[in-house]
Amino acid sequence: MTAPAPRPPRDYPFEAPWQAQVFAMTIALQDQGLVGAEEWAQALGARIAASAVPDGSDYYECWAAALGDLLAAKELLSREDLLRTTAAWHAAAARTPHGQPIVLDAGGSRAGGVT
Amino acid sequence: MADDPDHDHSGGSELSEMDARVRALETLLTERGLVDPAALDGIVETYEHEIGPHRGAQVVARAWTDPDFREWLVRDATTAVASMGYGGRAGEHLIALANTPEVHNMVVCTLCSCYPWPVLGLPPVWYKTPAYRAKAVRDPRGVLADFGVTLPDSTRIRVWDSTSEQRYLFVPMRPDDTEGWDAERLATLVTRDSMIGTGLASAPSQETVS
Repeated sequence: MTAPAPRPPRDYPFEAPWQAQVFAMTIALQDQGLVGAEEWAQALGARIAASAVPDGSDYYECWAAALGDLLAAKELLSREDLLRTTAAWHAAAARTPHGQPIVLDAGGSRAGGVT
Repeated sequence: MADDPDHDHSGGSELSEMDARVRALETLLTERGLVDPAALDGIVETYEHEIGPHRGAQVVARAWTDPDFREWLVRDATTAVASMGYGGRAGEHLIALANTPEVHNMVVCTLCSCYPWPVLGLPPVWYKTPAYRAKAVRDPRGVLADFGVTLPDSTRIRVWDSTSEQRYLFVPMRPDDTEGWDAERLATLVTRDSMIGTGLASAPSQETVS
């Protein structure tokens, strides 16, 4: 055989960019030793066990929630900061014309949900 | 068209709740120096394009053709697989087992979705579903039937529960009528599901042609 081995078809691993981003952040935190593999599996498992979605389609929602849980427990990121910065992103979107990239203002995370 | 939001450019944009929350996570973790956005791009690129079950297929095909490698793989899968360049996260505690006419192995993660990323990539959607996680334990033959696989009654089915400390790669049985095939060609017969234990290697007639 001289032809290169064809690769079997693969499922695309992420359904939306945010899923890829939250996955990558978790890996980056593990690479730096800030999050351990076992505690991560426990945190993710707890969120999945608590999920009421029967088909598991909220897998990456559980993933994001588990990351928030772990960061809060480690006091790396408070829930209040996360809520405030999430609101800031919603506010930034609201004032961004459709089709243009959405950016936070300088110091956006601290600008909070003030609109 | 003033009442059509798509054409009302003064109306602003909208982010889904998850999109906004994950952007917020990234903003805060970046500000605090806990993650580097460039590193995130590299991680996504790797998992979207480089890592996948084609790697596991190469490992299995080599085990089929190289008895010394097969012995090494079963004895110390982490090291054997790393020797092919497939190391890294979620592959540190890899266990490889060969499926035989007597014993068929299958893996599930009952807790979440532990899976041997370096050799199989990220798990398929069904692997993460509550339905699979429950049924694999309760009724593995039923799961195999769902995947169109029927094994003889004499074959014992063993289900392994993967954890963050133990992940599994199974070497399916080499298909008949593949004498003389090299590892590269054999790898085309090794399906992802055959390495999870929910499938068998493809028959030569189903050889992937590209």
